[in-house]
Amino acid sequence: MLLLARRALSGLGVVLGVVTLMFVLLRLAPGDPALLLVGPAATAEQIAAQRHALELDRPLAGQYAAWLARFARGDWGTSIATGRPVRTMLGRAWPATVRLVGISLVLSYLLGIAVGVVQAARGGRLDTLLSVASVTLFALPGYWLGLMLVMVFTYRLRWLPAFGAAGFDADFLPPAARMADRLRHLALPLATLTLVGIGGTARFVRGAMLDVAGAPYVMVARAKGLSEVRVTLRHVLRNALVPVVTLLGLSLPTLFSGAVFIEAIFAWPGVGRVLVEAVQARDYPVVMAATAVSAVLVVLGNLLAEVLVGWVDPRAR
Amino acid sequence: MRGDTRRLFQDRRATLGAAVLVLAALAALLAPLLAGDPIVQREIVATRFLPPLATDPLGAFHLLGTDRFGRDVWARLVYGARVSLGVGTLAVLLSVTIGVTIGAAAGFWRGWLGIGLLGLTDFALALPRVVLLLLLASLWRPSAGLVILVLGLTGWMTIARLVYAEVRALAGRPFVESAVGLGVPGPRILVRHILPNALTPVIVATALGLGNAILLEAGLSFLGLGVQPPTPSWGNLIASGRDTLINAPWVAAAPGVALVVVVVAATLLGDAVRDRLEPGGGRSAG
Repeated sequence: MLLLARRALSGLGVVLGVVTLMFVLLRLAPGDPALLLVGPAATAEQIAAQRHALELDRPLAGQYAAWLARFARGDWGTSIATGRPVRTMLGRAWPATVRLVGISLVLSYLLGIAVGVVQAARGGRLDTLLSVASVTLFALPGYWLGLMLVMVFTYRLRWLPAFGAAGFDADFLPPAARMADRLRHLALPLATLTLVGIGGTARFVRGAMLDVAGAPYVMVARAKGLSEVRVTLRHVLRNALVPVVTLLGLSLPTLFSGAVFIEAIFAWPGVGRVLVEAVQARDYPVVMAATAVSAVLVVLGNLLAEVLVGWVDPRAR
Repeated sequence: MRGDTRRLFQDRRATLGAAVLVLAALAALLAPLLAGDPIVQREIVATRFLPPLATDPLGAFHLLGTDRFGRDVWARLVYGARVSLGVGTLAVLLSVTIGVTIGAAAGFWRGWLGIGLLGLTDFALALPRVVLLLLLASLWRPSAGLVILVLGLTGWMTIARLVYAEVRALAGRPFVESAVGLGVPGPRILVRHILPNALTPVIVATALGLGNAILLEAGLSFLGLGVQPPTPSWGNLIASGRDTLINAPWVAAAPGVALVVVVVAATLLGDAVRDRLEPGGGRSAG
């Protein structure tokens, strides 16, 4: 318990550090959101008035303290570029990201674990074949794989759409057709993310299984006459899952921040895209809120991984 | 070490991976001999969008076809290798240098220095890399140097952790204790006695990190934050082919295939080194 409290405290320090650094960097970067807002024809007075309205004319330390105090109370502020509450903007974009990244994480871990287990358990030619496949998937740049899939399935075969999360007419479709429309839009980005993910997970699981396979308790389990399937699943896989769980915890933040490259390729309306646009528009409140949330999630992901490892592996408790 | 090297190349993955990497590096170095000018545009209308293996009206042969400006894709690919491999290698060297220094110092001098350095590592791991990249790219004009710096500064944490664990384990071993007992100064013990024994995971991480850095460089250039056109890099080649996927899919396909081949080679080499130099352990690190 004490350990957990200490971890939480140091995690808070990490979050504070990240937020502070990003605040400073954001202000150092050239570009003034007030200028972007009033347009190129504005007079100096109009710009000054806009800056005053956005409280950008106050000392930097004061702005930082004010932002921190508001954020800690749960007030994420209003987007400079769109005038909408930041919470609403991120809240709208988030379901699309979760749908894409969440499903992809589940699929790539399940399939990756299955492939890795088969490789470690069977060995031989099948192992070599699957190894080549998983290294290749692992080496594929997601944005390039995405483009190639678009070329084949959208341009050549004309089967699947390549842009956005829903068709233009989605709101007028009956429920069943709307569902089908969404799934069709999800197909290519999901396939891209998942294929790359499977490669990494399978490699990792295979390595972890082989690390464990030589352990004395595995030999004992075999000597007891347990079936090979039972030895593999109960004794080898369960212990091999410890590092895999850590890896899973580390991927928690992507559930929020999204897959920036993939979202860019497929014009997916998720948090990643909101973030990129916000940085380009110097939309300070949006960038700061997104940064803070993702830093918190990184810390939580690490904590969660430790807790989960304790749950999978009683020795680590 | 020589025995290790010979054993290493009995592994087909190592031979294949090293051969591909050497070939790619040679192609990058000898680019002027292998291909024409990657930037020059001649008769655009007559020479653009030629498919692979075509000969243009001016009599020039195009192994991989041409792009929408009539530029030879093979030439751009070979010259792009200089940027992609060069930036990737330098970025990995930078992150290895930082990672080894921080990890070794944290593992050797525990106490406040070690705690501080580990804290710094955790902090760097929590930084949102993409936002950081976007901001840095707007602070300075995107360039190869900036990409090296950014990738190097955001990629050292895993190596630091590996070296930290290794150094910590080695610091308690008898040969280190005897060096301490002989009065050898701390920094010398670290550099001469501990680090040479802690380098295996670093070699592995370097080989695996090389592939990763090349991928990220391409990703940044793809987003327009890396090496700027008309200088070719594999990333901005893919980006430029994106607009002509229908007319000329080979423009985007060729650099992607090159990227995959090189990254697979680096990964295979890294795997082989790990299996040879670390018998029975550490396999899960990748």
